[in-house]
Amino acid sequence: MAAEPSRPDLLVLGAGPAGCHAAMTAAETGLETVLVDEQPEAGGQVYRAPVPTRIKADKAPDADQTAGDGLREALAASPVLSLFGATIWFAGPGPEIAVIAEGGSRRFRPKALVVAAGAFERNLPVPGWTLPGVIGLAASTILLKSQGVLPGRRTVIAGSGPLLYAAAVKLLERGGTVAAVIDSRTWRDWAGAMPAMAARPDLLRRGVGWMGRLRAAGVPVFRGAAVSEIAGSEAAEGVTVTRLDSAGRPRRDRHPQKITADSVALGHGLIPNTEITRLLGAAHHYDAETRSTVVTRDETLATTLAHVHAVGDGAVIRGAAVAEAEGRLAGLAVARDLGALGRDAFVERAQGLRAELRRSRRFGRAMARLMTPPDGLLETCRADTIVCRCEDVRRAEIDKALDDGAHDLNQLKSWTRCGMGPCQGRMCGDAVWRLMAQRDGPEAGRAGVEVGRTDADSRLAPWSAQVPIRPVPWDAVTGPFTYADIMADLPEPAPWDASVKASGAEAADA
Amino acid sequence: MPPSPSATPSDIAFQVDGRTVRAPAGLTLAAALLENGIRALRRSPVDGAPRGAFCHMGVCQECVVSVDGRRVRACCVTVRPGMAVTLGDGHGG
Repeated sequence: MAAEPSRPDLLVLGAGPAGCHAAMTAAETGLETVLVDEQPEAGGQVYRAPVPTRIKADKAPDADQTAGDGLREALAASPVLSLFGATIWFAGPGPEIAVIAEGGSRRFRPKALVVAAGAFERNLPVPGWTLPGVIGLAASTILLKSQGVLPGRRTVIAGSGPLLYAAAVKLLERGGTVAAVIDSRTWRDWAGAMPAMAARPDLLRRGVGWMGRLRAAGVPVFRGAAVSEIAGSEAAEGVTVTRLDSAGRPRRDRHPQKITADSVALGHGLIPNTEITRLLGAAHHYDAETRSTVVTRDETLATTLAHVHAVGDGAVIRGAAVAEAEGRLAGLAVARDLGALGRDAFVERAQGLRAELRRSRRFGRAMARLMTPPDGLLETCRADTIVCRCEDVRRAEIDKALDDGAHDLNQLKSWTRCGMGPCQGRMCGDAVWRLMAQRDGPEAGRAGVEVGRTDADSRLAPWSAQVPIRPVPWDAVTGPFTYADIMADLPEPAPWDASVKASGAEAADA
Repeated sequence: MPPSPSATPSDIAFQVDGRTVRAPAGLTLAAALLENGIRALRRSPVDGAPRGAFCHMGVCQECVVSVDGRRVRACCVTVRPGMAVTLGDGHGG
């Protein structure tokens, strides 16, 4: 049976920039630190390691690749014990964490835990989004940056905010054709973000460079617009582009435009992955700006649970620069809490990080707002549009359950099967939440639809996080065992007593 | 879909529904299938409509296929020489 849990000083979940820097910072102070990640190498999604046979031949690696290589080298040279290819499937009080790696389950009961779980991509269902050839925007980035594979011959890139332009430029660099970039955000939204973006002139310059590249390549860029339908029978063949009004709803008075494409990358920003912190029982709250549930933290990034910190995009979407600084800060805080770093040393080192965090957070917050789609965009999801891809649940079924009085998201799930499939609601959770929140919002039923506030206990709380966090093979969870293992824990059978048996039977009959 | 690149020495061969295809070593199975123009990987369980890899990061479960008789997410395994891939997740088909 499973062995006793390992008890490292610090366990870090997630090896993106936040987790790596938390682990390295803590390990430098002498703490025994274990870092686990599902991917085969460190880097997270932003610095995902490229496939050697394909990408290493590049003449000029991009900024993210260089940063990622630097991070992986620094980690390899550090005393951090890294466990990659490890799927985290259990998180419970203690905190206790269980992962599956190399075919077996391993349990941890660390003195301190840093959760750096990263983000999910936000999807808004549109007609045709289940067709082969339609992928997530983050998926297109993985294909281009890590795999060196083009999503298709002609790709439409659509969604909300800055990540669209980064993906489009990467696609051009790899020799692909961008049929169009379609951004729900308007010029006015972008102009409003400029002052905050100036807090990181380096990143602002990079963004302006992307726009120039797209213009030079003659890529049509639509702003204040959205894909309202993807056409095709066996695979994607093209999209319909619709102009949006000031609330983000499709405008009926403007003629939609059709664009031919065999691939479509869709993404409306990122949502923090709060599954682990929710399973552990930390407090969470609603962040209206990014329309997402975020874990509640103090200024040292500690959650409301003792010795549990949360950092990076898994806590609140602020991007890689913030993630790195938060990781360092949490690493220092853990070192202080466990006595590996003196209080004065902590204060001194944290001070520099906080100044860096202020600047990067200003930029990251502006980006996060641009990535958050306007509420009215939900109208591109029609009655017959599939919302839950796993169970083929359409919007009309969800609307009906809400009409019938489904009280909260968990009840909606049991009534419609929406979110009950193998992705465990990760693909449709945000859309379903929006469908529900739209009804409850202060502007519900009126022109400007606004998503209502929520806290963890309200009817708008996200779906309950469930163990196992990922579908896992049962034999990997139980490990190799024999019946002797099971019997060892069973009590001795009670001595046979006919009178007890008889009275038991009577009770059952009565 | 993109044309299949010419085979290079690092390419490896594997089977998809009995057909031999090639892909560069190190690719995920999902990327390798895409590279070979194979985009419909399974059928949805209720409607039977074609589905393909969506998230490429192990979340959506749309790319579940059978590899050597075991159900896997195609985006979470690396191609290996001689692996036998059967499209379909064994449920929807």
